[in-house]
Amino acid sequence: MEKKKITGAEALLFAFKEEKVDTIFGYPGGAIIPVFDALYTHKERLAFHHILTRHEQGAAHAAQGYARVSGKVGVVIVTSGPAAANIVTGVADAMLDSTPLVVVTGQTSVAALGSDAFQETDVLGITQAITKWSYQIRRAEDISWAVARAFYIAREGRPGPVVLDLSKDAQNQLIEFSYEKCRYIRSYQPEPELNPDKIARAAQLINQAKKPFAVVGQGVLLGRAEQELFNFLNKADIPAASSLLGLDVMPVDYRLNMGMVGMHGNVAPNKKTNECDVLIAIGMRFSDRVTGKLSEYAPQAKVIHFDIDPSEINKNVQVEVGVLGNVKKSLPAVTELLDKADHKEWIESFEEHKLCEYREVVSKDLYPNNGILTMAEVVKCLSDNTGENTIVVTDVGQNQITAARYFSAYNTRKIVTSGGLGTMGFGLPAGVGAALGSPESKVFVISGDGGIQMTIQELGTIMEYKIPVKVIILNNNYLGMVRQWQELFYEERYSSTSIQNPDFIALAAAYGIKGRKVEQRQDLVEAVREMIAADSAYVLEVMVEKKGIVYPMVPAGKCITEIMLKS
Amino acid sequence: MEKTLYTVTVYSENQVGLLNQVTIVFTRRQVNIESLTVSRSAIPGVHKFTITANTDRETIRKIVLQIEKRIDVLKAYYYTDDEIIFQEIALYKVPTLSLMSSNEIETLVRKYNARILEVTKDYTVIEQAGHKAEIDAMFDALNKNKILQFVRSGRVAITRSTVERLSNFLEEMEARRKEVFNGNN
Repeated sequence: MEKKKITGAEALLFAFKEEKVDTIFGYPGGAIIPVFDALYTHKERLAFHHILTRHEQGAAHAAQGYARVSGKVGVVIVTSGPAAANIVTGVADAMLDSTPLVVVTGQTSVAALGSDAFQETDVLGITQAITKWSYQIRRAEDISWAVARAFYIAREGRPGPVVLDLSKDAQNQLIEFSYEKCRYIRSYQPEPELNPDKIARAAQLINQAKKPFAVVGQGVLLGRAEQELFNFLNKADIPAASSLLGLDVMPVDYRLNMGMVGMHGNVAPNKKTNECDVLIAIGMRFSDRVTGKLSEYAPQAKVIHFDIDPSEINKNVQVEVGVLGNVKKSLPAVTELLDKADHKEWIESFEEHKLCEYREVVSKDLYPNNGILTMAEVVKCLSDNTGENTIVVTDVGQNQITAARYFSAYNTRKIVTSGGLGTMGFGLPAGVGAALGSPESKVFVISGDGGIQMTIQELGTIMEYKIPVKVIILNNNYLGMVRQWQELFYEERYSSTSIQNPDFIALAAAYGIKGRKVEQRQDLVEAVREMIAADSAYVLEVMVEKKGIVYPMVPAGKCITEIMLKS
Repeated sequence: MEKTLYTVTVYSENQVGLLNQVTIVFTRRQVNIESLTVSRSAIPGVHKFTITANTDRETIRKIVLQIEKRIDVLKAYYYTDDEIIFQEIALYKVPTLSLMSSNEIETLVRKYNARILEVTKDYTVIEQAGHKAEIDAMFDALNKNKILQFVRSGRVAITRSTVERLSNFLEEMEARRKEVFNGNN
């Protein structure tokens, strides 16, 4: 019997269903109308939850937030030209932070390609450098193949974004639909095989170490290898710190968790990086924000690097042993060969720096002398008043670093932040996605007055879909992080960093969102509790000190031991 | 760091847009591509890029890993000149008059093992294959008589091994395919 033919647009959606997609972030437009028409046709049958964001960039960041908290692939559908250009920031962000996305952009009909047609842009040319894979679908019969590959590539190995540029003809052509999930690509090996020699060598180095130290990144989370990590660290008694993206891998109260490394990381792990004898990097990529001046990064240490991506080994830091593979497998393999060890004295030596940081930075951040609230107080208050099912999504800048330093994560996939690309405007839309990706959690966006306005239109999305996101705006009327650099390194020449803001609470009210502005310390706790108790969206604006500086700080290009605690 | 001329060989699936994916890896690291040739390989369906670039060992190693990271690239290798046999081809167009007026050009053609492809009353086309230095030398010699047009191809190179180095990789991948499809059906 002849199978019923369907359009390519329908085939795209059926293929999504095969990949168990339930939520799509998108924005319609001329070159993608057939797909939106098919969404309408199959409203009941496919029951996708389509979220119409207010800007395509918002759709991309929302899909990132969704993917980061759920571990699933984030899906975006937008039109051609301007829409395709608008998703670029989100795609680049997902590439640097290894977030699995499948983004479909509409494209003009094949006959018009290259003619500078209306809303035509060279999507492949633009996105090849910032995607794990991008592909132009010109015929409906290729849709199933391309979608299957897209999900496989986005999800497997080191995750990343995939862009499918779908021509209008492919959307309209009729085909018989069939689907087979992709399980193998000849030219792509998602996980390198474990090399027993490297495993043995790594174990040997760790067993000989007197002062081993581990730095943990998002790779552990992506590999779902948290337990394997704890077994590894516990057995050889190895103190560990995390990168910004690895912050929620280890609970804050875990005995061996020494905090965060990097430019605004903690003093102890930064200093200890340059004292340890064996440095064990696990699922992290030695970003310049982690290493500071490369030539002075852990020169004394033998470095072991666990990673799934062969191009990361020896990319920035020369290593003694590169252990390729999924950490879910490589960590247990090394753990098995480890001797039980006790590094009590070494671990205790972190304490002195911790106390120093508390005295010089934390106590001043949390218990300031003057009357104006600090960002740290607000984040700490949120952290103290929320429980386990809390997700914090940050924007970029001082708000982000303060959230990273003062929000205590006890579970994995609880902190979502734009690490590699450092995208201002990431927070609010990513918060929308996080709330949809983890409906059982309370989601808090921590933003600044600058970043929030880069994507503030997404309050409309929150309004329309009644998404219970709580938004904290830490308002200092400055682009705080840039201002901080200007103060510290540009002789207080505040070029274009002071900023006039709208009435955020009135703005929220215009979107039907509850809100409150806090200016006095005595109102903070009650306001934070009111926000937490609200069962709908909420905007909490807190006026914070105008010229706050986030310390500690390793100045760009300096050695990590030159960490500043004050100016 | 010391710069050397490296030859990079990239084996890939035949996918649209791959050339751009390969070249942007060089561009991003500010490495100029000296020459580039794309052809089929001895393995059906597999394309081969031969690229030369002047850079240091560390950079070329990273470039090759970044190229391999592209999904449709099967494998990439880099070589120094002593590891490969390589050749370039040049075409020269000279006025036929200068060929007739002395035996200088004939001597050059014999010396460099070149050959004459076409002679008209106005011009003569000479083909020369060889290493870059040989081609440069012949160019300089011929140019005394004013070369009308000149073009040199990108380098083609072949390793000293008896099989395509890629074959082992393809065997491994085939084993992986069998494992995937038999392992969890």
